[in-house]
Amino acid sequence: MLDILDIALLFFMAVTAISILRLKNLFAVVMLGGIYSLLSALIFVNLDAVDVAFTEAAVGAGISTVLMLGTLALTSREEKQEKKPSHKIWLPLMVCIATGAALVYGTLDMPRYGDPNAPIHKHVAPRYINDSMDEVGMPNIVTSVLASYRGFDTLGETTVVFTAVVGVLILLTGRRRRDKREPTLEELEEQEEEV
Amino acid sequence: MMQRKPILRVTSKVFMPFILIFALYVQFHGDFGPGGGFQAGVIFGSSFILYALIFGLHDAKLVLPSVVLEVMAALGVLIYAGTGVVSFFTGDNFLNYNSLAHDPLHGQHYGILIVELGVGLTVFAAMTLIFYTFAGRGR
Repeated sequence: MLDILDIALLFFMAVTAISILRLKNLFAVVMLGGIYSLLSALIFVNLDAVDVAFTEAAVGAGISTVLMLGTLALTSREEKQEKKPSHKIWLPLMVCIATGAALVYGTLDMPRYGDPNAPIHKHVAPRYINDSMDEVGMPNIVTSVLASYRGFDTLGETTVVFTAVVGVLILLTGRRRRDKREPTLEELEEQEEEV
Repeated sequence: MMQRKPILRVTSKVFMPFILIFALYVQFHGDFGPGGGFQAGVIFGSSFILYALIFGLHDAKLVLPSVVLEVMAALGVLIYAGTGVVSFFTGDNFLNYNSLAHDPLHGQHYGILIVELGVGLTVFAAMTLIFYTFAGRGR
């Protein structure tokens, strides 16, 4: 039953992605992007990864959609029509097919979906599941891994978010100041020469 | 922005407190249920973004000026890293909360709560500030 749900959700995601490719109206593209994030959040719920699903729904479907809409308000709502494709489609198509085939070939070696003996379930996961209640004492193991066992990583992530906002502030609010800058010495001299 | 949309204005006013309370629940209940600082910060920020969308950026900035947000974004990282430094002085490794209280489990609990608060502050301030900056560009 859950497999059918997964396949159906993945099918919807593929349909959404293809319609994003074909659409020219950027408003609809942004909305479909939100739907795509919501569908992947549903897949995460299906995988019992509620924390990830929560983040995906809040960030992917919520905030990033709003930010993309804010960007659309600054630019245009329609994608510019390309006059004539200036390149042949065969080379990119061959590259895509070759890369895709290589990736599919790579998945053949991977453990089966949901295999309890996969290497990823044998490394540190048993320690977290068995001992985290005695060592950290949190019912939600995800939180104890995130904030305690892997606290250093989360510190890095928080710093990344902070760096991102600093970058946005510098890039988007610095420009207005530059427009009002004082004329340089050379420009003043040129003006004097003209006079 | 939307001066003549009474339904949107009223519903967003009704929704605001519930979104804020839900964000606080996600923030401080993250050790028992799904959620944590990151999700809570995003939800808290989205309520202010909703306010800015309905009532205009100017009104939102009256409630929450961007200077405050800039300080909050830095403060969150400072709280997080500061918790790590405090555990230096109580005799443990960086970001090991065992010695923050007399009992290691309590120490872990306090440490995680404080650290998640730092994450929540930074994410909330960052998301809201990015929206402020994007929305303020068009005028």
